[in-house]
Amino acid sequence: MRALLEVRDLDVLLGDYQVLWGARLAVAPGEIVALLGPNGAGKSTLLNTVSGLLRPRAGAITLDGAPITGLPAHRIVGRGVGHVLERRRLFPYLTVRQNVWLGAYHPGARAGREAQFERVARLFPVVTARGAQLAHTLSGGEQQMVALARGLMARPRLLMIDEPFLGLAPRVVAELAEAIRAINREGVTILFIEQNVELALSLAGRGYVLESGRSVLDGTAEALRRSPGVRRIFLGG
Amino acid sequence: MEIVNFAHGEFLMLAMYVAFFAWALGHLDPLLALPLAVLALAALGWATYHGLIRWVLGGPMLAQIFATFGLAVFLRAGAQFLWGVDFRVVQDPWLGGRVALGPVFVGLPQLAASVAALVAFLGLWRFLARSETGVALQATAQDRQAAALMGVDTDRMYALGWALGAGCVGAAGALLAMYFYVFPDVGGTFALLAYVTVALGGFGNVPATLAAGVVVGLVEVFAGLLLAPAIKYAVVFLLYLAIVLWRPQGLFGRW
Repeated sequence: MRALLEVRDLDVLLGDYQVLWGARLAVAPGEIVALLGPNGAGKSTLLNTVSGLLRPRAGAITLDGAPITGLPAHRIVGRGVGHVLERRRLFPYLTVRQNVWLGAYHPGARAGREAQFERVARLFPVVTARGAQLAHTLSGGEQQMVALARGLMARPRLLMIDEPFLGLAPRVVAELAEAIRAINREGVTILFIEQNVELALSLAGRGYVLESGRSVLDGTAEALRRSPGVRRIFLGG
Repeated sequence: MEIVNFAHGEFLMLAMYVAFFAWALGHLDPLLALPLAVLALAALGWATYHGLIRWVLGGPMLAQIFATFGLAVFLRAGAQFLWGVDFRVVQDPWLGGRVALGPVFVGLPQLAASVAALVAFLGLWRFLARSETGVALQATAQDRQAAALMGVDTDRMYALGWALGAGCVGAAGALLAMYFYVFPDVGGTFALLAYVTVALGGFGNVPATLAAGVVVGLVEVFAGLLLAPAIKYAVVFLLYLAIVLWRPQGLFGRW
């Protein structure tokens, strides 16, 4: 397997506190991969380091074999890595349309912006239906749709999504999971964080489990579902 | 961007000196020196960001306050050291005298300054709301990390924000030099009025700041006219206190 994203032996500190201890994962093109782990395991820190918001103390991150370790975030998005942050993080006082439009800010995405906007709006009609509204006036589910649309505007090869289902009603969760599958079918590789193992493994083909900053388990969704390790970590049993 | 420049008044003072020396040494009217002052101050704003602000941005709030406050003290003392404490006046600027608008007499330089302020406001507002870079600047102010993930070089946006803010005060200083004397402490009162205006309108809200500026100006003039000129600022600051106590987000709120 030739990895699209490979993370090796990643050590990351937040201030004086070491969050990741030799974390690793690999994602192949076209996959949907779940990043699992209890609260505080370092899942968000891992994604934030891949997208360049944090700098690792040690370790290597490669995209298609090329190192991206330590590049600033605004350069990494140009390499084809999209990152939708936890709690959507839309620009609250910009309109929905402005939010989505900014998704294609980096030079590589400017050409063909309109065509991409139309594709994204077909996938997430809320983008045009609520286009003129300020982003903070939308419901949580709508905001998550807009955040995904904004992330897709950069035409990423890999889209990382941090807890897309957080705080959403069950009906919206199903709708969103379907949207993520649709994004994946269009050729975008997905790496997402989710605390609910059942939900995560119903969407992902494979998963990685982080515990206290270390990669402790990985495997296919089927194998992880049956794994006693997963039961121990998530159910304390 | 959640950082207040306490040296804003000193930036104004420097812009006024730029206009004064352009007149004293180069025989340039303040109106002609205006572009010069805008460019000089924009460069100063840019340099302030790179030399000072970006090093304290991640630090505690107090460090940020002391950094720009210290810059203010430094600039004030530097101006005193270099140019002395004398009041200096641009004599016979092109625009002088006053015009009658119905029953009200308005100084021509003041009128020109208001028109210029209005033009600057419209330009700034359009830039922020319509241009790609302006929207990216707003996005950076609202969520720096999310903006970086869009491909926005947020460091450049901060520098641009500082250059823009200082450039505007450069225009203000050149215009003010037409009808106000220049000395090292001149920035104090104007900076205080600027903070009152911004707090009154709501931080980050450009159109509301324009409205608040008009309110502050009217309060100042009417307090001087109806009560006593000596206490006009006291009335303005009372208004500010009332706002801080009852509506800390400003009359119109954020954005």
